[in-house]
Amino acid sequence: MKKILLNRDFILFSIILIILIAVGFANPLFVTPKSISDVLTDTSILIILALSQMIVILIRAIDLSVASNLALSGMLISLLSTVHPELPVYYFIALSCVIGTILGVLNGISIAILKVPFIVTTLGTLSIYRGLIYFVSDGKQVYSNEFSEDFLALIHVKFLSLSFLFWLAVVVFIVIYVLLNHTRFGRNLYSLGGNPDAAKYIGINENKYIIMAYSLSGFFAGLCGYLWVARYSVASTQIAIGFELTVISACVVGGISVMGGVGTVLGCVLGALLIGLIRNALPAVDISQFWQLAISGAIILLAIIINTKTEQRKEKTIMVKN
Amino acid sequence: MSLIPEKPPFKLLDILYKKEFILFVVLVSILIINSNISPYFLDLYNLIDSTFLFSEKAIIALTMTFVIIARQIDLSVASIIAVSSVVLGYTTSLGYDTWLVLLLTLFSGALCGAFNGAIITKFAIPSIIVTIGTMSLFRGLAYSFLEDSYYNKFPKLVGKLGGGYLFGYIPYAFLTFILLAFVFAFILHKTSIGKKIYSIGNNPDAAQYTGIAVDKYTFVLFTLNGLFSAIAAIFLSGRLSSVRPNIAFGWELEIITMVVLGGVYIYGGSGSILGVVISIFILGMLSFGLGLLNVPGVGIIIFTGLLLILSIGFPSFVRTLRRKNE
Repeated sequence: MKKILLNRDFILFSIILIILIAVGFANPLFVTPKSISDVLTDTSILIILALSQMIVILIRAIDLSVASNLALSGMLISLLSTVHPELPVYYFIALSCVIGTILGVLNGISIAILKVPFIVTTLGTLSIYRGLIYFVSDGKQVYSNEFSEDFLALIHVKFLSLSFLFWLAVVVFIVIYVLLNHTRFGRNLYSLGGNPDAAKYIGINENKYIIMAYSLSGFFAGLCGYLWVARYSVASTQIAIGFELTVISACVVGGISVMGGVGTVLGCVLGALLIGLIRNALPAVDISQFWQLAISGAIILLAIIINTKTEQRKEKTIMVKN
Repeated sequence: MSLIPEKPPFKLLDILYKKEFILFVVLVSILIINSNISPYFLDLYNLIDSTFLFSEKAIIALTMTFVIIARQIDLSVASIIAVSSVVLGYTTSLGYDTWLVLLLTLFSGALCGAFNGAIITKFAIPSIIVTIGTMSLFRGLAYSFLEDSYYNKFPKLVGKLGGGYLFGYIPYAFLTFILLAFVFAFILHKTSIGKKIYSIGNNPDAAQYTGIAVDKYTFVLFTLNGLFSAIAAIFLSGRLSSVRPNIAFGWELEIITMVVLGGVYIYGGSGSILGVVISIFILGMLSFGLGLLNVPGVGIIIFTGLLLILSIGFPSFVRTLRRKNE
């Protein structure tokens, strides 16, 4: 029983419940099924991206280029849809995923083969991919009336009164849960992150896993490229700018250690939900939108401090730092 | 190079392989190409004015060099600029004396930096994650204070510092950068402080065992980085003569690009101020030249990103190939 109470994911879940109840008292409209389903829809893209970022963070890396990747894939398929509105929507989704994967593989090659440190690589591609959006679109926007009906319709499909986006996030959650917990690929990712040297000695090909992790991250960024464009029915050079930091924050709040090899899939989803909940709850309790950024920043700091405190308690340090 | 045959060949190769030399060759070729393409490039006044585009970032790049050599990173510098600019505008609006306004602005920057340093050292958390958090926190504080308004009144001195010239020729921001570059080069390469920073970056644990107060150094470096962000904030606010909370958005990446392109190893332990200074000029002259050719800012963004990856990727790729051949 005590073990359950001290479980990270359980604590996170309780915090989410407490916030929900507190906001509900302040503004009962916020806890109606309709409003909660809106929050879930609004957080779905964040959940998908946080789950794919988790794969990268597990092997002690970070992918800062996801938001630029998302925006570039989204822009490319939007431009295509203005020229060929007759193509079925599944074609666009598949294409977006392929573009995203290619951009992810490029990251992976730069890191694994060219040996450019991951921060430098993904900082660089963050600029390059974002710059390419201006290049392909000439700085113009694609507006909602330029998309085909089919392109935008899928996102509004509902099942059991919950949105397509939400169900997609559930599917991605299950896929990544199985991938990380029940396959050799997942186990090897954890061991590479936990102890890269030991992992190499037992024959895990580090380069292969780096490229695979980044291509998965790219794949889901591409998928979210379609989702983002379809949900907000606009593609511009500015979409999702800075969103990579929100994604990383969700992982960190969810207890994924940036030192690698530590973190659960459930925790990651709860982290994303907590951040999504706070973003949506602030307007409900009349806190100005201008405070949102500062509050998110404070929460990230608090979460990492708590994370590190609990992690450090487990290991004994030999050396006393001055 | 055959002009100096009396030197032993291996030393010649040493110079050729030095990062600073390669960077210098790149800089010279950019200057030659630029002046051939555009007749306006080699105009002295144009060249002087082009320094306005990078001097503020360059000032922060100096302390960022120290931070990265010590195996840390600071993503919050641009947000600190936002905080300090808001403090600058607010204290001016309260009618404080110029010196007090400047003092409080500098203090706000140093305080933000110290906050980073305290969390990083106190809780032993990687700086990349802490500064991702404070990047939102500091920028958010600027937003919540200023909301959608702006400041456009600053002390006269600030306007003069931001847009003025010494003796009518040398911009104050550029002059400050050059003077500070000499000071920082001296500290890093000629004093024991510099040696300690290198050893912290090479192996923090070993540095700790040899009696270097690693945490103290880390804390001071982050505080200094905050202070220099405030200095940049003063120049920038004076130049723009308007402060909104989104001021200097995205600068942290440009500043880190300056440092890393200058040959400072992102995982610490190596690099030089000379390399960073040359890379600052490369990036500055590149964007100035591309601007003269009417290449939009986007082209410069893509080019900078490619330059960053290739400048590190190409040498290491060649090294790997050579190792395979042996």
